[in-house]
Amino acid sequence: MRWGVIVFPGSCDEQDVYDCLKRNLGQRPEFLWHKDRLKGKFDCIVLPGGFSYGDYLRCGAMARFSPIMQGVVEFAEKGGLVLGICNGFQILCEAGLLPGALVRNSSLQFVCRQVCLRVEETDSPFTCSGKKGQLLRMPVKHGEGCYYADPAALERLRKNRQILVRYADGKGRSSAAANPNGSLDHIAGICNEARNVFGLMPHPEDAGEKILGSEDGLKIFSSVIAACDKKEKKAWLG
Amino acid sequence: MRIRIFVCLKEGVLDPQGKAVERSLHSLGYQEVRDVRVGKYIEISLDAPSRPAAEARIREMCDKLLANPVIEDYRFEIQE
Repeated sequence: MRWGVIVFPGSCDEQDVYDCLKRNLGQRPEFLWHKDRLKGKFDCIVLPGGFSYGDYLRCGAMARFSPIMQGVVEFAEKGGLVLGICNGFQILCEAGLLPGALVRNSSLQFVCRQVCLRVEETDSPFTCSGKKGQLLRMPVKHGEGCYYADPAALERLRKNRQILVRYADGKGRSSAAANPNGSLDHIAGICNEARNVFGLMPHPEDAGEKILGSEDGLKIFSSVIAACDKKEKKAWLG
Repeated sequence: MRIRIFVCLKEGVLDPQGKAVERSLHSLGYQEVRDVRVGKYIEISLDAPSRPAAEARIREMCDKLLANPVIEDYRFEIQE
């Protein structure tokens, strides 16, 4: 499978994504510099975590205008798979590829800890290898991960089943205590209506080996690999 | 022209920073303080043929980059 991992100035998790894909899943990812145009064929483009452009103005506000982003928007419009992790999620929201925005954590504190995600929907290329209600453990590390959307947008997300993962406790229950950032409706990750663009605050790439405390993050990447297999692709496209 | 742009979180968007500042002011004895909202203040200089032309350009800049319409409102003042 052809993975592209975009590097913005200030990205810092691109190597983790690269290593996770290569070492744990035998993939051959390729780094893409933000100043280049998107060339070549890819199955999935990853926007990694970090602090693109120093998080100046708003997280992701400037990265969305990087030259490569025009190609990413066109790629997404044609149905290409786009995965935004943490800062990547913020960039996708700023770029209008995903609805809503990510604002300051309600605690005002940077949060860095292992969280539990409950898989809410499996008919997406990012969760198709999981089971509904399955719990995935992976870390979060962010200061601005509180998801916000106005009531009408939130209603659309629910109606179209675009909320793919929610924060939950170890027993699978959502609660304020299990929500690390005050995110609306305990949202950890959402996809677009066409289900080919997915953004989440937690880091699946940092939960890809036992030594890191969890291998659950592989579920997200292996779902993408499975979805790119023709049969599965048809399944999630309906 | 010198432009002063004010960007603030929309009503209804939680502002934890504003809340924290409000609590601090209360603990300093300013009990009368309510509804603190923390925003951004941006100054820019601009060459434009006229005031309406400048306004149109500024609005474009705010909508595109300086504010996020999903969560923020903005207003600006022009000094000639």
